[in-house]
Amino acid sequence: MAESENIVAETAEKIFADLADAQDINRDKQGAWKAPLWQALTEAGLPLSWVPDDLGGSGASLAEGFAVLNVAGRHAIAIPLAETMLAGWLLAQGKMSSPEGEMTVVPANPKDRVTLNADGSLSGRARGVPFAKEAKHFAVLASGNSGNSIALVDASRCRIESGIGLGGDHSDTVTLDKVQPITTRPAPAGFDQTQLMLMGGVVRALQIAGALEAMLDISVRYSNERIAFEKKISKFQAVQHNLARLAGESAAALAAATSAADTIVHARSLKDDAVFLEAASAKIRCSEAAEKGGGIAHQVHGAIGFTIEHILHRYSLRALAWRDDFGSESYWAVELGKLVAIRGADELWPLVASR
Amino acid sequence: MTAALRFDPIRLPEKCEQLRKEVRAFLAEEIAAGTFDPHAPNREDNDAPEFSRRVGAKGWLGMTWPKKYGGQERSFLERYVVTEEMRVANAPTRRFFVADRQSGPVLLKYAPEHIKMDILPRICRGEICFAIGMSEPNSGSDLFAANTRATKTDGGYLINGTKIWTSSAHIADYMIAIFRTSQPTKENRRHGLTQFLVKMKQPGIKVNPIGQITGQFEFNEVVFTDYFVPDDHVLGEVDGAWKQATSELAYERSGPERFLETYYVLTELVRAVGKNPDTRSAEGIGRLVAQVHTMRRMSVSVAGMLQAGKEPVVEASIVKDIGTVWEQQLPHRVRDLAAFVEETATNRETLEKQLDFAIKTAPKLTIQGGTTEVLRGIIARGLGLR
Repeated sequence: MAESENIVAETAEKIFADLADAQDINRDKQGAWKAPLWQALTEAGLPLSWVPDDLGGSGASLAEGFAVLNVAGRHAIAIPLAETMLAGWLLAQGKMSSPEGEMTVVPANPKDRVTLNADGSLSGRARGVPFAKEAKHFAVLASGNSGNSIALVDASRCRIESGIGLGGDHSDTVTLDKVQPITTRPAPAGFDQTQLMLMGGVVRALQIAGALEAMLDISVRYSNERIAFEKKISKFQAVQHNLARLAGESAAALAAATSAADTIVHARSLKDDAVFLEAASAKIRCSEAAEKGGGIAHQVHGAIGFTIEHILHRYSLRALAWRDDFGSESYWAVELGKLVAIRGADELWPLVASR
Repeated sequence: MTAALRFDPIRLPEKCEQLRKEVRAFLAEEIAAGTFDPHAPNREDNDAPEFSRRVGAKGWLGMTWPKKYGGQERSFLERYVVTEEMRVANAPTRRFFVADRQSGPVLLKYAPEHIKMDILPRICRGEICFAIGMSEPNSGSDLFAANTRATKTDGGYLINGTKIWTSSAHIADYMIAIFRTSQPTKENRRHGLTQFLVKMKQPGIKVNPIGQITGQFEFNEVVFTDYFVPDDHVLGEVDGAWKQATSELAYERSGPERFLETYYVLTELVRAVGKNPDTRSAEGIGRLVAQVHTMRRMSVSVAGMLQAGKEPVVEASIVKDIGTVWEQQLPHRVRDLAAFVEETATNRETLEKQLDFAIKTAPKLTIQGGTTEVLRGIIARGLGLR
């Protein structure tokens, strides 16, 4: 990690440590922690990390933003930081400035479509949109007769069916019925929903990797405290081996996610097969790790980890929920499998070894 | 964080890609000349001494070692490229692989100068083969239970005892082995073992091949009877092998050979399903590709950290743990998907033969070179659990 990435990530880390302590948040059923945290993040310019200065953002690099997301994952942050960053990034692709406040992206699922009507309005339905209910604006990718467009939409103009996802965060259905956007711009040549989903997938992969790091940390700590059969459970070989496997899953997730992020940072185009391989693999492998690793973290904790009072579920359930956003692992596996098949058997190794 | 694991997103430098092209061109020539069949799994008892010399002549053996010993002073990342290309091509590397990866580095570190000058250039030329003498009939994962004795005599040691599961001992010119020179102490049960360089094919050494479930005769029992080893063949500290055994393990554990052993079945499956796979095949292939890609990124990352002078011991053990478990499961996952391959696929027979061999190979992958259980113990220690 370069030094500047460290500085931005450390800023985020400090804000989360001060204002998003997992125990405090878990006890606070009213969500009183949300406003001060959002304000501190906003003052540090983090939600608009990926928006250039001249478009109203803080103009951080892609790498710095990715580093923040990994940190956010480690704290299982339950406010739309990642979503606002991604929305700001999408708007910036259309050279559009970002407004203040919480945003999210529509659609958030590869199968959903929003269309740009001839009169400039937008229609479509997007399911599983993270934090739609808490967002003031949506960054929308729409397809139309003359290609793809990026639009900024006032959230209050859309119909939002409230839903709560596996992790306890809003995951809502957004319906646009001839909604007039605030602004609309053509997407850059060749930019389509696949690239938005790949970028979203890498965002989620980094968050999952962060959550797994946290789960490994708290599981190791717990095993060194909990006494059973007159010794610390960390001294039992079965527990040690489970934790070693959790470390492996955490390591795989971290390697896959940071590698994909690094690839996007250095990519000339997001349409490159190498970007597809990296981003799809990161989403697939991190999602698999969320299942295996989270399962082990719960097993190590026993019944206490299953209680609502314990913080473990903040990480384990959120990591599982993040699997579903921007294309699940099975969706990306099918797409990656198709790409590999079309390239042919003798082009598989050159693709893998191109990195 | 109690356990800060690091996997920096290392990219192979540009010079590696040039080297990769050279290696691929060389291997293509060898395949064209009939040296080996890239579609046939690399049987480990397939000895190819002439191929070994040609690889040496390319400068691809001992390539990270000092030039004065025949090396090229190239980076570990360049060596990585050569290793992975050979592995994926199913090239017959058995004769030189152990010397290049493991034995050479041990000699570089612990052998006296005249031995280094004698042996290392011959490894680099691909002329000699090494074996590793660790396991014994009553000492496998528990390395420090080794009991083959080295008894001090005039000018050297007399060796008596038996090593077992010794890969390539039947073709090896040398073995690097640990022998017992003293009894363990109460304070340190690892005390008393010494590392030796052993010249094979001499009186006093009997190599008995042991058949494996794959049908190969690749590992052996090696019996020493009053076998003489001169003093200058002691490698490192007498009674202190335990201090030396761990430092090279990061290299040994994290290389591409730790997840690519059965990779050929994945390539062949992709060939068999063709351009338009059904959803099940596409998903299965996609997951396997995502997994192998991730493994490789982890492995390259460890190689890069090693090159940068770091000691990612826990990370390297993680690579071997999940890499070997993955390559062990791979033929079974490919078999699941192969059940749906069309009867008309032209490579069906090749795939079936490969699966047969890979499934037989699979059980050893999580045993050789440090079992899964030993690795998880090391990882657990790194996590602060032991």
